[in-house]
Amino acid sequence: MQGIQLDLVSEAKISQMASMEKVRYIIDEVRKGKILVLEKGLNPMEEAKLIEMTMSAIQPDVFSGIEMQSYPANADASLLGKFFKKQSSKRLTVIGPANQLKTLKKDRNLISALVSASK
Amino acid sequence: MNMIKRFKVSFSKIFNKLFKKKGACIGIYGPPNAGKTTLSNRILRDWVGSEETMGSVSHIAHETRHAKRRNGVTIETNGHTISLDIVDTPGLATKIDFHDFMEQGMSDVESKKRSKEATEGVIEAVKWLDDLDGVILVMDSTENPYTQVNVTVIGNMEARNLPLLIVANKVDLPDADPGVIKEAFPQHPMVPVSALEGVGMDSFYEALAKQFG
Repeated sequence: MQGIQLDLVSEAKISQMASMEKVRYIIDEVRKGKILVLEKGLNPMEEAKLIEMTMSAIQPDVFSGIEMQSYPANADASLLGKFFKKQSSKRLTVIGPANQLKTLKKDRNLISALVSASK
Repeated sequence: MNMIKRFKVSFSKIFNKLFKKKGACIGIYGPPNAGKTTLSNRILRDWVGSEETMGSVSHIAHETRHAKRRNGVTIETNGHTISLDIVDTPGLATKIDFHDFMEQGMSDVESKKRSKEATEGVIEAVKWLDDLDGVILVMDSTENPYTQVNVTVIGNMEARNLPLLIVANKVDLPDADPGVIKEAFPQHPMVPVSALEGVGMDSFYEALAKQFG
């Protein structure tokens, strides 16, 4: 059966990993052709590291990079949150191979993506 | 960011203000073709006063493949003088496909070379995030602002507690809608400009002095 594997990764699984471990896990899985939906996304520094490491992994005709989408963070509107400039934790993130995942629309609260089997 | 790190950043800012640190290092970030190099060149033309440019501009993405730094750009606006070191960074992207360059008329060999250089440029741009005092984030005001690159750069500046100025570029184009950018990221100052035509640059310099001065 030909298809696309979609892995829904729980917050519990991802939070057990160190930052580099998370990034390495994501790149390894995406290079296998999987689409990952992370219940809790990466923090901004991890996202930047993921971009950096993705660039190192790009190979012509083999791997052209990733499509990654997460929502903008919600600022904590509470008094304590404002005082400490506390960010709410990252929300859901979708990551997949650039040649199979395409973002159709994205706004503050919606990510609409097209998943294609053709490589 | 934990409390100790936040305290260190705040202390560093107070220390710098007390001792009038010169040349805060400001990175110009954004996706490919947003107009980062055009804006950098405009800043140099306006304040360095020579034919000096930061880099060449092309409609083909990833024309800038190495970060370029210009130290000591002095900007005077509304009685305030600030001195900045400006870093024009390669466009950030999560994917680079050499076929895209072939579609622009490049040969197979040339496209693969450009692709390799572009990936190195993105790595360099990401590394620069650790060494900056603030960021000018250039967005194309004819495009949807909710790109992952924008979200990641803004998230990094917020997590590091560093100042950010959003530039809604290309307002000379008929499809430009800088209001959408303001609506998307209301927590940060935004200036609508056309770096190519020089529109809105006075407001940009005022915002620059206010944000990084």
